[in-house]
Amino acid sequence: MARFVPLSQAVAENLGNGDSVAFEGFTHLIPTAAAHEAIRQGFRDLTLIRMTPDVVYDQMIGMGMAKKLVFSYAGNPGVGLLRRLRDAVENGFPHRIEIEEHSHAAMANAYEAGAAGLPCAVFRGYRGAELARVNPNIKFIECPFTGESLAAVPALRPDVTFIHAQKADRKGNVLIEGIVGIQKEAVLAAKRAVVTVEEIVDDFSDLHPNLTILPHWTVTDIAVVPGGAHPSYTHGYYARDNAEYLKWDKIAADRDLFRDWMQKNVLDATPEDFAGRVEKLRDA
Amino acid sequence: MMSKPEFTPNEMMTIAASRALKNDDVCFVGIGAPSAACNIARLTHAPDITLIYESGTIGTAPDVLPLSIGDGELCDTALTTVPVPEMFRYWLQGGRITIGFLGAAQIDRYGNINTTVIGDYDSPKTRLPGGGGAPEIATSSQEVYITLAQSKRGMVEKIDFYTSFGHGDGGDHRQTLGIDTKGPTLLITDLAIWKPDPVTKEFTVVSLHPGVTRDQVQETCGWSVKFADGVEETPPPTELELATLRDLKARTDAAHKGA
Repeated sequence: MARFVPLSQAVAENLGNGDSVAFEGFTHLIPTAAAHEAIRQGFRDLTLIRMTPDVVYDQMIGMGMAKKLVFSYAGNPGVGLLRRLRDAVENGFPHRIEIEEHSHAAMANAYEAGAAGLPCAVFRGYRGAELARVNPNIKFIECPFTGESLAAVPALRPDVTFIHAQKADRKGNVLIEGIVGIQKEAVLAAKRAVVTVEEIVDDFSDLHPNLTILPHWTVTDIAVVPGGAHPSYTHGYYARDNAEYLKWDKIAADRDLFRDWMQKNVLDATPEDFAGRVEKLRDA
Repeated sequence: MMSKPEFTPNEMMTIAASRALKNDDVCFVGIGAPSAACNIARLTHAPDITLIYESGTIGTAPDVLPLSIGDGELCDTALTTVPVPEMFRYWLQGGRITIGFLGAAQIDRYGNINTTVIGDYDSPKTRLPGGGGAPEIATSSQEVYITLAQSKRGMVEKIDFYTSFGHGDGGDHRQTLGIDTKGPTLLITDLAIWKPDPVTKEFTVVSLHPGVTRDQVQETCGWSVKFADGVEETPPPTELELATLRDLKARTDAAHKGA
């Protein structure tokens, strides 16, 4: 049964040092507020899992919270590279991190296998791809029926998954719409799941019967954080802050500039600050 | 008669790439240069083309180019938006994509692509974003088009990492690995159009863009360039193509600078 709790409590009671954690979101609905709360609480030795680590994982890696990164595309989408990640991988600053690198198809299949309770995912992939040489978690198996060689990767089962969604109803059922990404699978694959939402509504009656809904008994905790995906977006609520992604490239390029920015905008900030950040991006 | 429009090499690249797409194609669109080309095709000669981005948007028709593969504009204008696992399993792995359109940080003469690292994998000189959807786009799409601006850093004798498999070492390398799709069949740069040799699979220049010389192509390419017999000249952009591209770029720039 989902509890409604403040974000600080949801993060403190679901995340721990050394956990494997997925802050999922596929460009849309990135749980930035939850990630910033985790940064404020200063967790260490995390295994960070995400298909598309972008600005929030750049921030967590830059703050020295990550032991390992499991990912398939680590970039600032449409802008360029992740400069804190690069500093960690290329220069060991602030410390070295372990890398487990996949393709999108592999990660998507691995989350789905986790949600489906399977030990591994099987798919047609990695043919001729060199990741299979450098990642021991990529193997090939033979189809018992046709003999075709297929890729296999272990299921992803994070200790905890954080996502951001449009809304919850009073019972704690969660609605996601727009680009739904991998969030449903990431929640169902995880031991615990925390959802930040834009708002709580009375109920979901009269809505389309095929919407993506996570029943309340699949979610551990829900925290209401309007604007909690910024600079990502929430479909139907506010637009993506593309200018912020462009700015991040310069901030992350410099260690001191990065530290100052984190102090001002994350360490000294609160979840309530997100609502103001999206004010100018709200749909008319 | 109308005067010949002036255009940049990058505009020629995007427009030449757009012309390769057909109205009935189902195209998996990579971000960056491919995205512009695919949308110019849709806005000119291929209005019914199905454009698919890996965020799950099928049949999208954005008014501005997305900065990321998951901008809200893509979902708002799509026929339908599916979950990411479904995108990769049913639509790409299922063989429904006619053209996978990819960009590249590094490419070799056989259309193998590196977007992972420059230097050694374990201690890279430059850590690039990685493969994303590309390793499977390159092998599960029925064919692959590649577009990038020419440079000796980008077009190299040997790539540092085989992120996405093209024709491997050439010849029948794909078939020997059990890959039954065609792989890279077209390379469009800012200087030329290239196609794989039917036997060796080495990319060979088949058409030079207007005003481009063979020397220019060689000077900006890290391998010894082969030219087809009877190299053609790429028709210059039409006024409609150029106006469409420039309008799209102007709308896009304005949108990304933010409110």
